[in-house]
Amino acid sequence: MTALSVPLSHVLALAATLFLIGLLGVLIRRNLIFLLMSLEIMLNAAGLAFIGAGARWGTADGQIMYMLILALAAAEVAVGLGLLLQLERRLGTLDVDAASELKG
Amino acid sequence: MSVGLLWLIPMLPLLGFLALAATEGRLGERAVAVIGAGSVGLAALLAVPVTVGFFELPADTGFSQTLWVWLDVAGFRPAFTLYLDGLSLVMLWVITGVGFLIHLYATGYMSGDPGYSRFFAYMNLFVFAMLMLVLGNDLLVLYLGWEGVGLCSYLLIGFFQQDPANGYAARKAFVVTRIGDTAMALGLFLLFRELGTLEIQPLLGAATAAWPEGSATLTLAALLLLGGAVGKSAQLPLQTWLPDAMAGPTPVSALIHAATMVTAGVYLIARLHDLYLLAPVAQTAVALTGLATLFIAAFAALVQTDVKRILAYSTMSQIGYMFFALGVGAWSAAVFHLMTHAFFKALLFLSAGSLILALHHEQEVTRMGGLWRRLPWPFAGMLVGSAALAALPFTSGYFSKDAILLTAFDAPGGFWLWSVALLAALVTALYSVRLLVLVFFGQPRWQQSGREPRDRGGIAMRLPLAALSLLAIGGGWFGLSPVAAVLPDGGVGHGHGGWVMWATSATPLLGVLLGLLLFQRWGAVVARLGTSGGTRAVRRFWLSGWGFDWLYRQLIERPFVALARINRNDVVDRVFAALAGGALGVNGLLSATQTGRLRWYLANMAGGLALVLLIVLGVL
Repeated sequence: MTALSVPLSHVLALAATLFLIGLLGVLIRRNLIFLLMSLEIMLNAAGLAFIGAGARWGTADGQIMYMLILALAAAEVAVGLGLLLQLERRLGTLDVDAASELKG
Repeated sequence: MSVGLLWLIPMLPLLGFLALAATEGRLGERAVAVIGAGSVGLAALLAVPVTVGFFELPADTGFSQTLWVWLDVAGFRPAFTLYLDGLSLVMLWVITGVGFLIHLYATGYMSGDPGYSRFFAYMNLFVFAMLMLVLGNDLLVLYLGWEGVGLCSYLLIGFFQQDPANGYAARKAFVVTRIGDTAMALGLFLLFRELGTLEIQPLLGAATAAWPEGSATLTLAALLLLGGAVGKSAQLPLQTWLPDAMAGPTPVSALIHAATMVTAGVYLIARLHDLYLLAPVAQTAVALTGLATLFIAAFAALVQTDVKRILAYSTMSQIGYMFFALGVGAWSAAVFHLMTHAFFKALLFLSAGSLILALHHEQEVTRMGGLWRRLPWPFAGMLVGSAALAALPFTSGYFSKDAILLTAFDAPGGFWLWSVALLAALVTALYSVRLLVLVFFGQPRWQQSGREPRDRGGIAMRLPLAALSLLAIGGGWFGLSPVAAVLPDGGVGHGHGGWVMWATSATPLLGVLLGLLLFQRWGAVVARLGTSGGTRAVRRFWLSGWGFDWLYRQLIERPFVALARINRNDVVDRVFAALAGGALGVNGLLSATQTGRLRWYLANMAGGLALVLLIVLGVL
């Protein structure tokens, strides 16, 4: 196994950037599809950090964690798309702010 | 041993009460009458073998019968022990004998009332409680009976519950006597703390051994117990409830508010006479309370216009004589007067009941008059009862009241005590004559009602009148020898002789003559006096019972209501209101953050996370 040619700090910086991009997307976009996509980016940012750390210490843990995240993301997308269909059917829109009836 | 039947005597009325209470008024009137009056009648019958058995016992001993132990806590073992001695024997006879006659009368009087069964249930419960009061060998059992009769008194004063005024009178009686009862409870606590027992005979022995004469603790305890007696017996200053208690049915007034319950205070002091002998201050207080009450109540009775209120004030006055007798050391005479008073006052009340019934529930003497020919039974009863009340020679009241007055003459300061009591005796004769004249003689004033008076008494109502008339005349010939063994003065004394005796005996006669002159011959003049000038003010003052109700309203009721009004928004409530307000405010703030907008939640979450991260990293 060859040593990592990219320094860990670069990997983590990329992951953090990706995470912030995803977070901004979640906060700014109102369309539920874009929300889900942004969530995927955030999950992948976390996965990238795991991979980088696993490569840095030469263990398989990081890759196992990434597979778990992949499974989680698949499940999340399935549920999220189900919610998206329900939102479209009930409210006729994909705007998440329209679904704010449960306010204090 | 036939005296062993004693426990059955209180049990029978209790069973009667339980039977009547359990059937909830589903029984017919006849069955209720048999149970209600029969249970008390059987108890009275059982008193005969018990009395015979009692006299077979060696002289000067009491008979006690332990039924069961009530509590057993750390050496405190009050037991349901019945104790029979001369004093409780006399009370036993008064309660069961007079009680039965009144129950019998009530079977006729209450006929047709929707609460017939309820009435007899309460009455039986009352008889049971009263018997426990006089037979209890432990002050705790006595207190049980004491509160029991208070409860029954409350229930029966407010018996006609359709009228809120009756409920008010009942509450007034309950609350006012409760003040006295609280004092009595404190007295019992004090005695128990000092002596460690509430059983009467050991307690009296321990008190005599523990305290010298005039001890402050003992005096305090005796005064506190006097407070209880004053409340129950409607003496100054807790007397205001008795006139209002006349809201109850007339047999109740006869049984509870004349013959038995209101004399419980007299019984209590006579029973605990050893304490009062050791506390001369308390005994003097008893005498002065009685003297003040008998005097004030006699004048109040002189101007009342409601026939039952006249009798109520008269009762108050006669119990004042009993307290007075206890205070001056005429112990036996007090109990003697208690007994004769039970006879003649029950007779007066029952006659008044017949009268009221005959006049279609008219109680104002100003709307009676000239009735003696139409209502011979009430007339005869009232005539005999009034003669005994006024203490005309050789009636029962004569013997007991003269014994009191003559013994009082020999007490310290006796001449003045005697004079005041004798003046009140004169007034007693006056108001007795006034009552008779206004009701039975003179011009008939009942025609306005447009209804003929009709004597509705059946045999059940006439028999008690006849029996009580005989007792009211002849009751004075009963010797009270059993009491002599219990009370320290060794029986009813004959007191002072000579001119004092003649003056004492002649005063009631003088009062009757004066009364006939005032109310029969010069009736119009007296009536005019009552409606004009200064005498009118005096009349109204006496009519209100010397203004005690007014005084208490000003001194207690008004300030209390004012305080309550000031504190309507309770100070303590403010604290809780502030707490509730604060909680509501915070709730408003927090609920404002719940916008229902997903992205807003997320932003908060991210912000919070960043904050935590910065703190963990030590940047902040």
